[in-house]
Amino acid sequence: MAAAVDETPGVRSLVLDCPGWPGHLPGQHVDVRLTAEDGYQAQRSYSIATPADGTRLTLTIERIADGEVSPYLADELRPGDGLELRGPIGGWFVWEPALGGPLQLVGGGSGVVPLMAMLRARAAAGADIPARLLLSARSWDEVIYRDELERLGAGGGLEVRFALTRAQPPGWTGYARRIDHDMLGEVAWSPEEMPRSFVCGPTGLVEAATRALVELGHDPATVKAERFGPTGGPG
Amino acid sequence: MGFVSRGFRGRRRADGPPGRVPPGQYVVTDFPVLSAGPTPDVPLDEWRFTIAGEVDDPVSWSWDEFRALPSERVTKDIHCVTKWSKLDTDWEGVSLDVLLDGVDTAAEYALARSYGGYTTNLPLEDLLDGKAWVAYAFGGAPLEPEHGGPARLLVPHLYFWKSAKWVTGIDLLAADRPGFWENYGYHNYGNPWLEQRYAGD
Repeated sequence: MAAAVDETPGVRSLVLDCPGWPGHLPGQHVDVRLTAEDGYQAQRSYSIATPADGTRLTLTIERIADGEVSPYLADELRPGDGLELRGPIGGWFVWEPALGGPLQLVGGGSGVVPLMAMLRARAAAGADIPARLLLSARSWDEVIYRDELERLGAGGGLEVRFALTRAQPPGWTGYARRIDHDMLGEVAWSPEEMPRSFVCGPTGLVEAATRALVELGHDPATVKAERFGPTGGPG
Repeated sequence: MGFVSRGFRGRRRADGPPGRVPPGQYVVTDFPVLSAGPTPDVPLDEWRFTIAGEVDDPVSWSWDEFRALPSERVTKDIHCVTKWSKLDTDWEGVSLDVLLDGVDTAAEYALARSYGGYTTNLPLEDLLDGKAWVAYAFGGAPLEPEHGGPARLLVPHLYFWKSAKWVTGIDLLAADRPGFWENYGYHNYGNPWLEQRYAGD
C-alpha cells in the first residue's frame, strides 16, 4: 500500500502500487486475500475505484462493524504493508469511454465505488459523454467522494443528484428519501436516448432501481447491476 | 510459508461442521442476492420449462404440468463464488432425473437458459443421478423472484452461479458452450472444493 485516504468516517481508500498489474476496465473488482501468521486466510472482493493507471489502483473500503476483512483494511493496514490481490475480475459490469453513452449511473452507499471508476475514466479521457449519477447515502457526511463528485458535476456533461435517506443538512434541496420509481422518472435518461445503465448498491436499492428502470421502458438488457453481499463487497 | 498480512489474525468464526465449508469460503446465515441485471417478472401462466437441443423432440411443461411432476424436498449446502456459503438450505423441486427421464440424447453437455437471457453451462452428467433440481420453493415458501422464482436450477455441488435463477429451459449440446459468467472469465466447471472460481483455476 502506498497511501491511505479517509473518505468518510467509515470509509477509507487504499492507494496500491501493484507491480505487474495488467490493467483493468472501470467497474472490475479484485479479490483481496489476507493471511495470518499461522496460515489462516480470509478473502473478499472489492471494486476498483480508479481507471487503469499503470501499476496504481485504488480500492475504497467500507468498514463493516462485524466484518473480518474490512476492519483490517480500513483500520490496520499501513503504508508500506503488502497485500495479496487477484484480478481484475468481472467483465460484465464495466464501462469505458470508447463504449459511449449516455451513461446512467445509480448507486447506494459504497456502491458508488465502481461507478466512480467509470466517472474518473470519463474525466481522464476528456470525454464529453453525457452522464448522470443518482447517488443515495444516509447523510451528507456519508457521501463517499462527495467533493470530487461535486467538482466533476460542475465540469459539464455530468449531472450528479443525491438522495439523502436519513438526515439532510439545513436548506437541503435534493431528494430526502430512498431511490424510487418517481425519482428515476425525474432524473434518468429516457429510454429513447438509449443510455447504458449501471446500478450498484445494497440489494433493496438495486431491486428497486432496476425494476423502476424497466418499468420506465428501459430494455432490461441495457441495465447492468451489481449487488452487495453481506460483506459489503460487490458480487 | 509465503506472504503474511502484518497484524492480521482473522475472526476464526465457527464455520460449521468440518468438511462442510470449501476452501476460501465463509458461512452466512442470511441469503445474499447476486444477479447481473433486473429481476425478471415471470407470470406463472406464461412460465414454461423446455428441454431442447440434441433431442428428437423437445419436451416442455407449463407451470401446472411442472408442478404435477413428482417433487422432493432436499437440504443442501450452497457455495457462492463471491465466497459465502450457506449450510442446510431447504429446497423443494423436481429432480432433473425426472425431467430428463425418457429424453433420448447423445449430448454430453447442457446449457441452462433463463428468463432475462442468463445462461450457464455444465456437463450433462452433473444434472443426473440426484445432483440437480428445478427448485420452486425455499424454506417451505414459494421461491422469491430475487432468489430466482418462480423456479431456479439447483446444482449445489457446483458454485451457485451454475444454479441459474429464473430458469426456463435446458439445451442439450454435443459440444460444450460457455454461458454468461463463463464468458466473463469465471471457471467453466466451478467445483468449490477445488476453488475453481476463475478461468485457469
